[in-house]
Amino acid sequence: MGFNFYDFTALTHNIHVGLVEGFSPFMATTLEWVIVGTAYLLFVALFGLLLVYAERKVCAAFQQRLGPMRVGYWGLLQTIADFIKLLMKELIMPRKADRFLYNLAPFIVIIASFLAIAVIPFAPGLQSLDFDIGLFYLTSVSSVGVIGILLAGWSSNNKYSLIGAMRSGAQILSYELSVSLSLLTMIVFAGSMQFSTIVEGQRDGWYLFTGHIPSLVAFIVFLIAGTAETNRGPFDLAEAESELTAGFHTEYSGIKFAFFFLAEYINLFIISAVAATVFLGGWMPLHFGHLEAFNHAMDVIPPLVWFFLKVFGVIFIIMWFKWTFPRLRVDQILTLEWKYLLPINLINILLMAFIVLTKFHF
Amino acid sequence: MSEIKEVMFNSDRLATDEYLVNMGPQHPSTHGVLRMLVKLEGEKVLNIQPHIGYIHSGIEKMCEAISYPQIIHLTDRMDYLSAHMNNEAVALCVENALQVEVPERVKYIRTIMDELARLASHQLWWCVMGMDLGALTTFFYGLRDREMILDIFEETCGARLTVNYNLPGGVMFDIHPNFQKRVKDFVTYFRTKLPEYDQLLSGNVIFRERTEGIGHLSLADAIAYGVTGPSGRASGFSNDLRKHQPYSAYPLVKFNEIIDHRCDTLARYEVRMKEMYESLSIIEQLIDNIPEGDYAVKMKSVIKLPEGEFYQRVETARGEFGVYIVSDGKKNPYRVKFRSPGFSNLFALNKMAKGHKIADLVAIMSTLDLVIPDIDR
Repeated sequence: MGFNFYDFTALTHNIHVGLVEGFSPFMATTLEWVIVGTAYLLFVALFGLLLVYAERKVCAAFQQRLGPMRVGYWGLLQTIADFIKLLMKELIMPRKADRFLYNLAPFIVIIASFLAIAVIPFAPGLQSLDFDIGLFYLTSVSSVGVIGILLAGWSSNNKYSLIGAMRSGAQILSYELSVSLSLLTMIVFAGSMQFSTIVEGQRDGWYLFTGHIPSLVAFIVFLIAGTAETNRGPFDLAEAESELTAGFHTEYSGIKFAFFFLAEYINLFIISAVAATVFLGGWMPLHFGHLEAFNHAMDVIPPLVWFFLKVFGVIFIIMWFKWTFPRLRVDQILTLEWKYLLPINLINILLMAFIVLTKFHF
Repeated sequence: MSEIKEVMFNSDRLATDEYLVNMGPQHPSTHGVLRMLVKLEGEKVLNIQPHIGYIHSGIEKMCEAISYPQIIHLTDRMDYLSAHMNNEAVALCVENALQVEVPERVKYIRTIMDELARLASHQLWWCVMGMDLGALTTFFYGLRDREMILDIFEETCGARLTVNYNLPGGVMFDIHPNFQKRVKDFVTYFRTKLPEYDQLLSGNVIFRERTEGIGHLSLADAIAYGVTGPSGRASGFSNDLRKHQPYSAYPLVKFNEIIDHRCDTLARYEVRMKEMYESLSIIEQLIDNIPEGDYAVKMKSVIKLPEGEFYQRVETARGEFGVYIVSDGKKNPYRVKFRSPGFSNLFALNKMAKGHKIADLVAIMSTLDLVIPDIDR
């Protein structure tokens, strides 16, 4: 059971074989579920906390301050302390809230994020679901979250929450189109919806570079639409602080609020991970067609590091949006999507199809 | 199926309805305890009814029981961002009633402090304007520069916000020896920072989209509602009291009254931005020429105003602030009335925001630059 930091296929395979040999088939499957589930839970919780910390530090850098500095070295334990505070807080529910839906909503939101994270390839062999409709599955499960947001807004029995939820519904449904279409452009180029094939296809160069202008356009559109999908600034209408106090999660407190909060950051990770995988080659190191020496030098850096470098790069860009731009108005958001992004996307996909047919790519 | 059709087309069960939302008294964008009853249809604002009085402190009534120098200390609790101007209004009113001529030095100091207070107020307004529109970073840029002004205040008179620097007949202390140098440093520094403000917010395409053509207030409406200050001047209403009824050292300086005829949120924004440059220019003209002399004239220990009515207006950062004193010859006034700019400006909000979206309401309210204790008094 050798541990290879460059390829996890052997490791995961060995674990699987060991389990099957040691236990009955039923027990083996159950144990695998438990191990994978725990790993994802741990990853989501820890990475969520790390992202909150990163956001606070990035935001502080943009705003000429230091950010959290007191808890732990450079405030590293700040988000953990915050999380403990949220865990201990009283759960307050509005008296006239719809009890069942109110309690259900945060779980739907967080489950949607968990479902989506399952197909993300972290490194070779480090992916729990790799099937032929990976990208399609991802876009469909990630849009389940909006149901949770709508339920939260509706069941809170609060007008601000309801306005926020309605905004969020309109926004996510519209931008879902752009996200899917820009991904579709890349599917046309890659010829597959399977993540492993997409990553493998970028061995000689990332799709962002090999796909000419259409993939660049698709990348920009995906970044904009992805930011809107995660309800982050400048598209954070659903929780527009200065207008709707906190939007759909106004009435949530304690751990239920933490679920929404965590889901937002996990969605941020998913959008960045998809952007990194589809456009920037996922865990694939930076390769240029025939520069063998350069390619070998790049291979020294482990794929996991490549993946997270790219993800953090995209996350930083999305955070940059939030801390620089003012918020758009609700009608402007819809105008941007339906009048500009959608037609651009449709033309872009035609252009990509043309490029693929004429083989006019690298 | 027929039942669904029945519901969809014939019954009023699916009909849309107007609804009321309480914005405030605890709401992030009212910047205080203002409560507004907003009638909405979806996202569209149909009507706004401001309810004031949540921080009413009875300042006018309190003034009837206390002496004139004490009244000054109450006035900076109203519009705390224009504290110095408010103080000056009462001081000028008492001086005019007693026909006291203050030394030139006092006039210069007062004017410089006025403009510094105006700059600090406009900086804070710019911070929260960005924040209301969702650009949270502006807040820290504005506060960074405002801090320098507050430090100057602190060194000069010991207080940072509610300065209490004026007295009838002059100012409380002479300026600090560092005052001139620090103010000059600040002016040079801030001239380099103002373009940064424009880069961060004014030129942003989203900001332009959010403000252009929003919240139209015609000249006739501005005059009818008594909207003064930068908000009024953005509707083409020439009302700068520093020009029309100059007081203190304002007759001695050259500056432009910024007037804009576009009447929208962007105009109100740009008027304030340009006013900051004018304030810097006024300070530059005065700071090197502060004449030598006393910083106050000796007044009687008990100030009694002659019988009669006295009125003095000054231009605060928000508009026209008036002090109306009715005296019956005693050491305390018979009645005091303050004309606060925020009160009149607030009630034009309905006219401006009607028909726009909720987000626009927040933006419009932000360009009115409301200070709630100034409205409630």
